[in-house]
This record gives sequence, structure tokens and C-alpha cells, in this order.
Amino acid sequence: MGQTVDLKPVNLRLRRARRSTQIKEFAIQSFLIASSFVAILTTIGIVASLAFEAFRFFEKIPLTNFLFGLEWSPQTAIRADQVGSSGAFGVIPLLTGTLLISFIAMLVATPLGLLSAIYLAEYARPKTRGIFKPLLELLAGIPTVVYGFFAALVVAPILRNTGSGMGFEISSESALAAGLVMGIMLVPFISSLSDDVINAVPQALRDASLGMGATPAETITRVVLPAATPGIMGSLLLAISRAIGETMIVVMAAGLAAKLSLNPFEAVTTMTVQIVTLLTGDQEFDSTKTLAAFAIALFLFVLTLGLNVVALKIVDKYKRQYD
Amino acid sequence: MTDYTSENYIQENYALATSPSLRRRHAKEARFKWYGRIAIMIAFGFLVLMFSTIIFRGAGAFQQTNIALDVNFSEQVIDPSGERNPQALASANYKPLLTAALSKTFPEITARNDKRHLYKLLSSGAVFELGQLVSDDPSLIGTNQTIWLTASSEVDLFMKGKIDANLDETLRRISNKDISYIQALQKNGHIKKKFNSAFFTNGDSREPEMAGILGAALGSFFSLLVCFAIAFPLGIMTAVYLEEYAKKSKLTDLIEVNINNLAAVPSIVFGLLGLSIFLGVFHIPRSTPLVGGMVLALMTLPTIIIAARASLRSVPNTIREAAYGLGASKTQATFHHVVPLAMPGMLTGTILGMAQALGETAPLLMIGMVAFIVDIPHGVTDAATSLPVQIFLWADSPEKGFVERTSAAIIVLLAFLILMNLLAVFLRKKLERRW
Repeated sequence: MGQTVDLKPVNLRLRRARRSTQIKEFAIQSFLIASSFVAILTTIGIVASLAFEAFRFFEKIPLTNFLFGLEWSPQTAIRADQVGSSGAFGVIPLLTGTLLISFIAMLVATPLGLLSAIYLAEYARPKTRGIFKPLLELLAGIPTVVYGFFAALVVAPILRNTGSGMGFEISSESALAAGLVMGIMLVPFISSLSDDVINAVPQALRDASLGMGATPAETITRVVLPAATPGIMGSLLLAISRAIGETMIVVMAAGLAAKLSLNPFEAVTTMTVQIVTLLTGDQEFDSTKTLAAFAIALFLFVLTLGLNVVALKIVDKYKRQYD
Repeated sequence: MTDYTSENYIQENYALATSPSLRRRHAKEARFKWYGRIAIMIAFGFLVLMFSTIIFRGAGAFQQTNIALDVNFSEQVIDPSGERNPQALASANYKPLLTAALSKTFPEITARNDKRHLYKLLSSGAVFELGQLVSDDPSLIGTNQTIWLTASSEVDLFMKGKIDANLDETLRRISNKDISYIQALQKNGHIKKKFNSAFFTNGDSREPEMAGILGAALGSFFSLLVCFAIAFPLGIMTAVYLEEYAKKSKLTDLIEVNINNLAAVPSIVFGLLGLSIFLGVFHIPRSTPLVGGMVLALMTLPTIIIAARASLRSVPNTIREAAYGLGASKTQATFHHVVPLAMPGMLTGTILGMAQALGETAPLLMIGMVAFIVDIPHGVTDAATSLPVQIFLWADSPEKGFVERTSAAIIVLLAFLILMNLLAVFLRKKLERRW
């Protein structure tokens, strides 16, 4: 008793240990922050590379010609004095082609995706749900090149034959074939997001409606779906954005000719198809043609980014509504 | 009080149940239910149709028609010097051996034109097959051997019934003479469909019968290796930072928004990023799995981060608190306890991300992995294609023999994807803990 222990060296050791731990903690934390910056760097890289090359493109072709031009023919002549050497770089035909195919795809995907989501969320027994939900998601896991192959080698010939049997002409590369197959590809995107949204609608709303004597179908169409509309709209917007950015299906099944046409039986071209054709040929990196690909890509990026931001905002806002 | 069993009530209800409006509503209910069933059936039917067509079309490619010839490996022709120099053996002219063997099998054919038809029964790659045999085993020189050689694509298609012999001779790619030769070979049993091992061991080729997927498969493998080496650590560290360390701030909000938006950027845009930054600024060799893997890594990063965060979030706080209670620092608690517990979920997410990267085509087209490459890549800096790009290239080819090979390559690709998904499901079932 009464002994005093000199704590000084112990304290010192503890302090040193704590100090070294702190340094280590700081180092690791900085490392982690640095790696999470890769996401930001990627975005900056995308914007910078697209904008830089697109800017060089707009030095040669005025922005208004690009945005409002009704003609797309990027053939630049070998000699400068040749006729039509400048080429035409109007994005409107590409945009209409893209939107036409996306529209057809959404025409297929929206009813299929929504109705499957409703059935799986509201009607199906757990066992059925357990079988068909993964099967639908399997559609999302199939590489797009496989869809493209299927569209070009199976769906397009079937359409052409049915068309000629019924007396009208469907070209072997048509917006219809690409759009139909893309629509099937989009079904799981719509169904799985809508499924989540429908499940998030509080059961109390359903019970109230059923208690008033409404049939399940009436409850779904008049209570559940209106309550889930914002979330469903978000999922549809995400699907549209995916349709606009989809590449392989249209490269393999949609065609190359840039025509300003809304006829789904004709071959149309899209923005992604043109990017691929402009950049996979052999030409020098600085030609107007390659730069044009970057300008289209910037346009595509802004378009899909806008759709995504709006879609995520809607979904986010909706999520909080019933929390 | 109402008497529910009274005659009156039942009658009233009966009237209600048979009322036209209620019947209409019930019919609508049944119809609505059927709409849902039909929608699922259509999507599912499409899946079945797609799989069955691809399997039906591609199954043939796993067999290849071969022709047996008695080849005399004459030393005078292959190695007149007798040195057995491996390089000289590989580059020797084997064509005379084939012509001699064919004349031996068909001694009655002497006309020059007919002979030319005869040579066309064999693939133009048959001489290389002989060269390969001899350089693998020089003791063959000077002996007589019966060798099964690859037949040409036309013969193969005919043997598989893909060319209609009843068609007019000018409309099909195989002449009546060719058919008579094939029938003569068939009589002796010298022509046969065998398992197509070349499909799994060759690189790409202009000749459908010599084309294989090994080069593309290895290209995919090396790309995925690079992709994994970059995306897995980066993804997990980002997830750990955002879930365990970061306080909610403008910066973390920005990172989060970035990740969510990157997940929805069209894949082709990543290809352009690779083209102008990785190739244009950093001068990484074009068409290599290295640059392909880097682009795929940036593309799969959001998937991995989102899955890893969900997995970290599912680790209960009690684990962290127990670690702190025993004096662990934040880093120790995180890396000794939380991350290992979240690892199965992170791995599952990573495998799914890799599966997505394996099926990706568009960004690879942008960085030159779309070239015609015969050589099989041996590392991440050799020029290569990938499986989906190979499918795209073959699907584009006008040669009829490539049609079944395209489907066969799709079967192989889908098999790998299914394997990876099964592995992910297995990991989730076996290792993931429910808290």
C-alpha cells in the first residue's frame, strides 16, 4: 500500500503507439478516398475526352449544322476539290432513327414488363414467383450481341417473309426487327424495377380498396398503379435511356443508311451505329469523320445522362413518399 | 338483427351475384389476370425460342467432316537434307504429299480439271495439319500413315445436309462431280464426321472449317483478368470508404451521384473514353486485352461498388461495436472484422460484374479489338479479340460455313455466363450469412 508507480514510461509508450496508429489510420483513409475518386475521374475523363474531340469537330462544322441538319452523309472526299467533299453532318436523321427504334422497343417492353411485374407482385404464388422472376432476369444477362444475332438471322427473315406474304415489303434490315428484339431485352429492366415499386406500395392502401368491395384488378388499376406511377415512370425512363444507348442489336439488325423516315419497315440508322461505323474503319484519327463520332457520342451522353438524372430523381422522391 | 340464412338474403345475394355489372367486373378480373400470364409467357417463350434456335443451329459445329488419306511422308519431299531442322519441317511444302495421296485414293482420275476438283475436297488448311503432325513427331518421315484431314467447308455443309443435292448444279456451291467423289469416299468409310476439336484449339481463320474460338476465349480471359485486377480492389475500397468511413458531405454525395450515373452510361461511351484517353493519351497498345480490360473495369466498377456497399451494410453494427469495445481502431474493426464478413456478398457482386463484362461488345469495338487476328494471344499485351466480338465478326461474315460456328460460339459464351452465374448463386447460398 502507498506504493507509487511511475506511469510516465507507460504513458509515453501508449502515446507513441496511438500516434503510429493514427498515422496508419490516416494513410489508409487517404488511400480509400483516393480510390473512391476513380468514379469522379471516370466521369471527368468521359466528359473531357468527348468534349475535347467534339469541340474540334465543331470548329470544322458549326454546331447549328450538327444539331439541326437534316442530312447525314459523312463521306469525305479524297481530294479537296471533289464534289460534295465536305460531307453533311446533321444529327437529326440519326436521332429520328434512334427514337423510332426506341419507340418500337418501348411499345413491346412497356406492356410486357408492366403486366409481368403486376402479375408477379400481386397475383403469383411465391413458388411461381420464385421460378419466373429469375427467368425474366435471365433475359437481362444475355449479351446484346446474342440478341443482335437473333434479330438479324431469325427475326428479320421471319418479318420479311410475313411481310411479303401479306403483300408489303419489309427490308431485311429494319427498324421493326431491331426494335422488337430490343423490346424483349428491356422487359427485365422494366419488370424488376416496377416490381420493387409495386411492392413498396403500402398494403393498407390495398386492404382499404379490397374492403370497399373492389376486385383485385380494380384495386391494382385504380389504387396500386396510381400510387406507384412515379416509380414506374422512373423505370420507363431508365429503359428508354438504355434503348437509346444500345449498340450491338442496332449495329447487327438496323442498317447503315441515314434516311429521315419514320417507316418501321425500312432500314434506319442510329447514333450508336454511326459511332461504330465511323470508328471501326481505317482512317486517321483527326479526320472530320472520327471527330464526328465523338460529337455524336457527346450528344448521346448528354441525352442519356439527362434521362437518368430525371429518372433517378423521380424514383428517389417516390421512395421517400411512403417511408 | 339480420338473419343471414333467411330465404330473402340468399335471394338478394343471388340477384347480386348474377347482376350483369358484377359479372362484367369478375370477367374483367379474370381477363386482367390472364394479361399478366400472357405477358410472362411471351417473354419466356422468346427466351425458349432464342435458346432453341441457337442450340439447333450451333450443335452441328461441334462436329467436322474429315477425310482419311494414306499419306506417304516422303523424306525427299519434306526434308531432302535429312537434318530434321524443326523450322524447315514446319515450313516445308506438304502439298505434294496431299496430291500423291489423293491420286492413290482416286487412281482413275487423271484429267487436270478433275484433279483440281479433287483437291478442293480438302480444306486449304490440310497442308498445315500435315506440317503440324510432322513437326510434332519427326519420326513419321519416311512412313505410310492413314491420316484424317479436315474437309473443306462445302464438303462439310454437304455432309451435314445443309446443301440441297436436288438443287440445280449451278445454284449450289458443290458440283455433281464433287458429290460423286464424296460418295466414293463414303463407300470406303474414308469420310466421316468427327468431334471438332479444332474449334476449341484454333484461332480465327478465313476458312470456316479451320476457324476456332481459342484465340477469342483467351482474349476474353486476359481482358477479364485485367478487369478483375483493377475493378475488384478499387470497387471494394470505394465501397468501404463510402460505407464505413465517409461522413455525409457534399463530396460523398458527388461520388454517389457519379457512381449511379456511371452505371447508366451507354457502354459504347466507355469505349470512346478508352480510345481517346487510354490509347490517345497513354499510348497503351491497341487491340490488346490490357486496354480492353481497363475499359471493362471502368464499366463494371459501379456494379461492384453497389453490390459491395449492400454487402457491407448487411453486416450488423454489433460486430463493429464489439471490435471497438476490445480496443480496435476503425481500420482494424473494418478490415479485420467487417470486410471479411462482407466478402461473400462482395465476391458475388464481382462475379456478376465480370459476367456482364464478359458479354460486352460495343466498347471493345472502339479500341480495336475487332481486328482479324489469327494468332492465339499469350498475354495481356498481345493483340486479341474477345468471345462476343468474335461472334459479331462471324455473324457479319458472308461465308455460309460461319453461320453454325457463330451459333456454336454463342453456346460457348452462354455456357461460360451460366457457369459464372451459378458460381455466384452457389457462393451466395453457401457463404453468405443471414444476420
